[in-house]
Amino acid sequence: MVLDSLHARLVAEAEREGLLDVAYRTVDSPFGPLLVAATPRGLVRIAFEVEDHDVVLSGLAGALSPRVLRAPAQLDDIARQLDEYFGGQRRTFDVSVDLQLARGFRRAVLDRLRAIPYGSTQSYAAVAAAAGNARAVRAAASACSHNPVPIVVPCHRVVRSDGTIGQYLAGPAAKQLLLSMESA
Amino acid sequence: MTLRPFEEVVNEHGPMVTRVCRALLPASEVDDAWSETFLAALRAYPRLRPNSNVAGWLATIAHRKAIDILRDRRPAASEVPDLPVVDPDLADLALGPALAELPEKQRAAVVYRDVAALLSCTEAAARRSAADGVAKLRRLHKEGVF
Repeated sequence: MVLDSLHARLVAEAEREGLLDVAYRTVDSPFGPLLVAATPRGLVRIAFEVEDHDVVLSGLAGALSPRVLRAPAQLDDIARQLDEYFGGQRRTFDVSVDLQLARGFRRAVLDRLRAIPYGSTQSYAAVAAAAGNARAVRAAASACSHNPVPIVVPCHRVVRSDGTIGQYLAGPAAKQLLLSMESA
Repeated sequence: MTLRPFEEVVNEHGPMVTRVCRALLPASEVDDAWSETFLAALRAYPRLRPNSNVAGWLATIAHRKAIDILRDRRPAASEVPDLPVVDPDLADLALGPALAELPEKQRAAVVYRDVAALLSCTEAAARRSAADGVAKLRRLHKEGVF
């Protein structure tokens, strides 16, 4: 292990020199620790524990840049906002999001999701239509399940047309928990 | 094969870099050398070949940074005779990865030459000093000094 003070100094200097390509930290949530990662452009990834954070970080190193550093202080703001959200004291996230990990139709779907208000839901079919292809319901569902920034880009607010809850990467129970919390 | 997140490199090799810096520098300079080493490594990291010897690469950078720091703390040039300064080409970090690719013996020889330049003596004298130093360390160790 490396001394915290030396590590923090390295991260601060890396940021000042424009070398902090991917900053990350973990944030507690009702379903275990979340990995939160950001590029200089914004929040790029939130990962659940089931995804294996080490695997996710290796993926980010390959897909974005190997200049990946644990940078808790640099992500204080989003960590605080997530805390407030899980505590029921926040309804919207005031943070820039970097969706470069999603492309094409998936990106179009994710771009629509932030417009779904806190406490409400939309069907996969409606989201597919809003993203420009009403017939691509399965593709819309796939875009949601591959959402690189769940919770902040609220794919949990997209449900099946028959009213059942549908899938969620962290499990249907986690999705239900978020929706119950938001409708309370 | 892709490069690992740099965070893993820091955690795995941070203590080794501390040891290298401690071996070469007074305690007051160790933190600066450590930070400069990892900042330089972070800058160059995306260009490192994925199967490189990361420990050797970092040790080489740490060594260079330590020499830079020692050189900066030297008396002004006018007060000392012309010395065989460290080869400026080798001082270039860009050569760090290349150095790391050298066979161990060649790399050690290059490092030896740098040390000789640093101590303003010949390579033979540096080797003798190193041997004397090791002998003294052994003696002190036997005497239980540390």
